[in-house]
Amino acid sequence: MVRRLGPPRSRWLGALLARALETRGAGFGLVVVAVVLLVALGADVIAPYDPNRPQDAGVLAAPRPAHLLGTDQLGRDVLSRIIYGTRTSVQAGVVSVGFALLAGVLLGMLAGYHGGWLDDVLMLLIDALWSFPTLVLALAIAASLGPGLTNAMLAIGIVFTPVFARLVRGQTLSVRERDFVAAARALGATPGRIMLLHVWPNVIAPIVVQASLLVASAIVVEAALSFLGLGIEPPASSWGSMLKAGYQYMQQAPWLSFAPGAAIFVTVLAFNLLGDGLRRGLDPRLWQRGES
Amino acid sequence: MRGYILRRLVYVVPLLFLVTLVTFSVALLLPGDPALAYIGEANMRDKVMYETMRKELGLDQPVPVQYAKWLGRVLRGDLGRSIRTREPALEGLLARFPVTLHLTATAMMVALLIAVPVGILSAVRPNSIADKVGTLLAMSGVAVPDFWLGIMLIYVFSVWLKVLPPSGYVPFAQGSWPSVQSMLLPALSLGMALAAVVMRQLRSSLIEVLQQEYVIVARAKGLAEGRVVGRHALKNALIPVVTVIGLQTGRLFGGAVVVETIFALPGLGRLAADSIFFRDFPMLQGVVLILALAVVLANLMTDLLYAFLDPRIRYR
Repeated sequence: MVRRLGPPRSRWLGALLARALETRGAGFGLVVVAVVLLVALGADVIAPYDPNRPQDAGVLAAPRPAHLLGTDQLGRDVLSRIIYGTRTSVQAGVVSVGFALLAGVLLGMLAGYHGGWLDDVLMLLIDALWSFPTLVLALAIAASLGPGLTNAMLAIGIVFTPVFARLVRGQTLSVRERDFVAAARALGATPGRIMLLHVWPNVIAPIVVQASLLVASAIVVEAALSFLGLGIEPPASSWGSMLKAGYQYMQQAPWLSFAPGAAIFVTVLAFNLLGDGLRRGLDPRLWQRGES
Repeated sequence: MRGYILRRLVYVVPLLFLVTLVTFSVALLLPGDPALAYIGEANMRDKVMYETMRKELGLDQPVPVQYAKWLGRVLRGDLGRSIRTREPALEGLLARFPVTLHLTATAMMVALLIAVPVGILSAVRPNSIADKVGTLLAMSGVAVPDFWLGIMLIYVFSVWLKVLPPSGYVPFAQGSWPSVQSMLLPALSLGMALAAVVMRQLRSSLIEVLQQEYVIVARAKGLAEGRVVGRHALKNALIPVVTVIGLQTGRLFGGAVVVETIFALPGLGRLAADSIFFRDFPMLQGVVLILALAVVLANLMTDLLYAFLDPRIRYR
């Protein structure tokens, strides 16, 4: 019986996680990411008030025991809106990066494995998309599709596709030349089977790292789109739209812009620290150097 | 070297063609009828006027023909007329480009002023308190959204301390100090992320260079540490930093959209945001195209500069 050729697949995840979490930063990142995910999932249970209902404290009420982060310009509880906004941000980050990952992996593998003219054409297209400033292209696409979270996520997904496509193409090009792929090809494996069983396991690790870092960027881009009025539509809350409202009332109620911005900052920092930890886990040169 | 430059320049031609295609497609998808937008709400029911405008804009023709004609006009420097102001779009864009250039150049300068000393200090004394503070600064700089940093800076320096203006633009020609004052907070907001990226890159490449044999030889010859770092190590450590700065140009132009909106700077970024709000699609198309061209040019220059600095690239 012919067994699968190539490097062992089963042990890498455990070893990667162990290496990744060696530093305090990565551990902090993982804990905060876990908390953010829990808050996003359990917003209905955790939020003290209905995020869209004006409260008795009145409009622009300063932070107080009943409303830890005060109330906004319509009298709604800011903490509850931040908690529900977590759901929007996490959804935007995960879905848009998921879309970019799917499209980028398909395009990158196709270009890297096929090579030749298809590689040239696809990479030219990817480079053209990459030539636009991220936020400007996301803004233009989101404007074309119309406001709303789904359209914003699609716009961010399109903009981030080149990152995965270039990464996967590079990895595929190097894996394609390895002996175990040549052996699989000689045994009559189809291109689809080779990509799925031999190329994919070898590209998944750098993709995980990149995905973690890109979720952070996607959260910032979504917040920027919402800030410019192209993200989620009112009355639903998002950290970006809350920041915009806070900016308009900066003199009277500075807490309005402080809290959502701090939420973005901590979440992005956590995803970055986790991504850096995962990268460290994957790169043996960094283990030896003990670099952070 | 000549072969490398030629190959790189030839690659730019199809790339620019695709950039125009993407720009045109995005504008084509924008909701709303451009002909209606041009004739205005008052003339909505005037069918003759509407049809004339559609013909004038070429909207009655198939999309590939529309693209070919648009590309022809773009190559002649005609980007259409703004729906909002009726002025030629190119004029509006050229009037605002200097503001965005001023902002991004100042942001880059601020970023380097922060990143280079901190990066060197971190690399020369790894794991010291200075290094730890530098790493923390770099981590925070990457994570802090530029628009939030901008709002917080306005709050501290304009609302609270009242030492810098919260918004507005003063060109350099109208006085250097007021101009610096108007640009300081926006540049700091926009440049912080770049400072963080450069700091991290410089630290890691300088640590690597400082372990190379020629640096050890320089030290063995008895050269002072400052001279070893400044004369010998820094030159090579800065090569990857140049690439990082070049690749961050797109990020700076993108960030300019929100930063210019927050600080009310009349640049291309704010024009893009306003154009979306007013459905001014020729203007939006123009902004997107000009910024993409600027990024293509910046990437090209980075590649050429990299080849000039690192001989291994041009002989590959």
